[in-house]
Amino acid sequence: MRTFALVGNPNCGKTTLFNALTGSTAHVGNWPGVTVDKREGVYKEGEEKLMIIDLPGIYSLSPYTPEEVISRNFILKEKPDGIINIVDATNLERNLYLTTQLLEIDVPVIIALNMMDEIDKSGDKIDIKALEKAIGVPVVAISALKKSGIKELMHRVAFAEKERCGKTVLDGVLEGKIERARQFYEREGAESPLFHAVKMLESDEIELAHNGAKEVLAEIAAGDDLEAIIADERYKYISANFSSAKTSVRRDVLTKSDRIDKVLTGRVWALPLFAVILFLIFHLTFSENLLYLNGFTESQGWMPTLFDPVEEGGLGWQENFGTKLLACIYDGAVFSPGVIFTNLLNLILGYVSDGVSAFISVCHGASWVESLVVDAVLGGIFSVLGFLPQILTLFLAFSILEDTGYMARVAFVLDRIFRRFGLSGRAFMPMIMGFGCSLPAIINTRTLADEKERTATVRVIPFFSCGAKLPVLTAMAGGILAVFGAGNVDAITFGMYIAGIAVAICSVLLMRNTTLKGETPPFIMELPAYRLPGLKNLMLHLWDKTKHFVKKAFTVIFASTVIIWLLQSFSWNWEFLLQDAQELFAEDPEKWVSLKDIEGLINVRAGESILGGLGMLIQPLFTPLGFGAQLGNFGWVFAVAAITGLAAKENVIATFGALAAVVAGQYIDWEAAGGEVASAAAMIGGTGITVPAIIAFIIFNMTTIPCFAACATAKAELPNGKFKWTLLFWVVTSYLVSAMVYTVGSWWWTVFIWLAVTAVAITLIVLRNIGRFDIVKIFKKKNKGAE
Amino acid sequence: MIKMLSDFTAGERGKITKVNGEGKIRRRLLDMGVTPLAQVLMRKKAPLGDPIEITVRGYELTLRKAEAACVEVETE
Repeated sequence: MRTFALVGNPNCGKTTLFNALTGSTAHVGNWPGVTVDKREGVYKEGEEKLMIIDLPGIYSLSPYTPEEVISRNFILKEKPDGIINIVDATNLERNLYLTTQLLEIDVPVIIALNMMDEIDKSGDKIDIKALEKAIGVPVVAISALKKSGIKELMHRVAFAEKERCGKTVLDGVLEGKIERARQFYEREGAESPLFHAVKMLESDEIELAHNGAKEVLAEIAAGDDLEAIIADERYKYISANFSSAKTSVRRDVLTKSDRIDKVLTGRVWALPLFAVILFLIFHLTFSENLLYLNGFTESQGWMPTLFDPVEEGGLGWQENFGTKLLACIYDGAVFSPGVIFTNLLNLILGYVSDGVSAFISVCHGASWVESLVVDAVLGGIFSVLGFLPQILTLFLAFSILEDTGYMARVAFVLDRIFRRFGLSGRAFMPMIMGFGCSLPAIINTRTLADEKERTATVRVIPFFSCGAKLPVLTAMAGGILAVFGAGNVDAITFGMYIAGIAVAICSVLLMRNTTLKGETPPFIMELPAYRLPGLKNLMLHLWDKTKHFVKKAFTVIFASTVIIWLLQSFSWNWEFLLQDAQELFAEDPEKWVSLKDIEGLINVRAGESILGGLGMLIQPLFTPLGFGAQLGNFGWVFAVAAITGLAAKENVIATFGALAAVVAGQYIDWEAAGGEVASAAAMIGGTGITVPAIIAFIIFNMTTIPCFAACATAKAELPNGKFKWTLLFWVVTSYLVSAMVYTVGSWWWTVFIWLAVTAVAITLIVLRNIGRFDIVKIFKKKNKGAE
Repeated sequence: MIKMLSDFTAGERGKITKVNGEGKIRRRLLDMGVTPLAQVLMRKKAPLGDPIEITVRGYELTLRKAEAACVEVETE
């Protein structure tokens, strides 16, 4: 099968054309060694099947960004049978700049002039024939969105010339210099000598690494600034030749795009509007009180619940399928779309789980089989699926912002703030996505061109407390309130979010001044025109973002849930610890009176499990954080909860539910006693943990190693060798921050010790950065002195 | 009169005469069409005063003042 590569600027409709060409045959992988999507698909509509490779969107073939190097290497080394160069007709000048570079390579080129429908609409005209004659390769007018002209394009592609010799648009003074450079490469036997020659004159890093190239360049250039001259000559050629091909209607009135832009990036409205949009996105995804229809505080609530008795403010309805369906949308308050989708899904999953459980009972399966299938396997799959609706809602909103062109403006508006921390405005989006889920947020860092900026951003994303950490926060805050009678649930939860952001800011500042030192990455970016997003493209972007989550979820989260279940349910000598509640009750009705109405398996021997053993082993490590040795016999439960949190953070609370039974000495039906808050309260009360220690525990869980799925994603996205340091960074950060919270909270005067240590650390870093303090040098001097 | 692009106020136009700087930043500017002889229009500053937005070669480009300080422009 012959292979053709799709090349073009970002935002020129390349993805749309690729989809129109390949349809369902497309599949996505990564380019070897880098995390840039590699898409390939087959075009089947013509007489001959053609393989289409979608190269990343680029402006040039310079050596500075991974996308450009990938495209360059692919064309030069993999040698496709031809290049389909997509050119945005509404922005001919800049798009043709890349074309002039592609034409220098020894490869057939076909130009697809896209967005012709918009040109027609605006009244402009482009003379295709004149363009084709001037460039010397086939030019076909298409509209990828309207799918017009695509048949003709692919016909020309199929009958494209088999070979083409590179040609350059650069002439005049440059001609002789290029010829001399070309002869050098021909002597070396290089392919596409013209392309290499021009790149050499542009002082291209990759070319100058070539043996002897530097000397040749010095001789040819003779002190001229060839890099600027060449770029200028390309544009000169383009405007001289193609301004005649395009006749534009003069417009002096503000376009619609300009008017929208005036408001969205204006001095007054930009920041407030952005805050409102962001709030709306999270509100529509997570809120259980849509648009505050049920009042702003709990006391203002007026909407009745569905199933509670009438005297408790409910409607006293019977639970059946119809009313349960209604309860997905409304139950005491109107839910947001994200919550409604979650409820619907959970309703269905609940039925599946019950069905499977009943089926195994009917087949007289062993009790551990039922627990394995229902709790571990199905529980694992469902806990993943349960997140999907809200993640999809969140992604959809972000995809709309991206496709309309607003995301680029957000970076424009916020760059000033982020530069202070050594990042660019583009780092904002991945960070804010972290409040939803770390996985897509980490993947989203691909929009950052600078490697050090990317690494720093990936490392702090888990500090932006994700959706799965929220139930942990609220339950613990509720538990503190219930046991100590002090505090405010909202204030504690909000405070934890702020603490996470503060840790993130400090870490970025620290990293950018020490291990990830480097110049603030440049911010030279196109601001695409505002466009209404197309449904098809939107769905495609949505899928692009979601598939990574689904893939990771079904492998990593699933596997880790099963492993944690194994460790929790078996003792060191593989005895199955879960017991039937009714059997326990029958054995000793007085002790297990609370189990009278419970059905199924419960774990009242968690202390004997493998996980419990591991918890006891590492318990002393947490003594400086307040939840270690000082808690005596029950300290291990916190260690165990933190370990289970590595599979998925919401597990911390689920584990509390199970372990609270051990701590309380008897099983309590937490569901009836008030759910998660009650189990958190039982844990806090039963273990005798102090308030500073419990806050330290929450902070530790928030800032330590994120769930395994996020770890796997970070490993895939980080540059080689950076992941192990990232893990260490997470552990050390969470340990230090929690230790600080615990010690300062318990003995206020320790704040001076922490301040002194911080001051010394900052002084050392500053001294080192200005060159006054060099650890290596001091070490060497000492060794010399010893000799 | 020649001045730096970073000193422009919103609505000012001019013709680029020189692109200074080196390496990555310069290359990026040239690739994005910020080359000698190109016409630029300073559109606006971001709400916090930096970066700026310009129109060059028929499209909108944003860059920081620090980067715009590499670009010499002849005003009309």
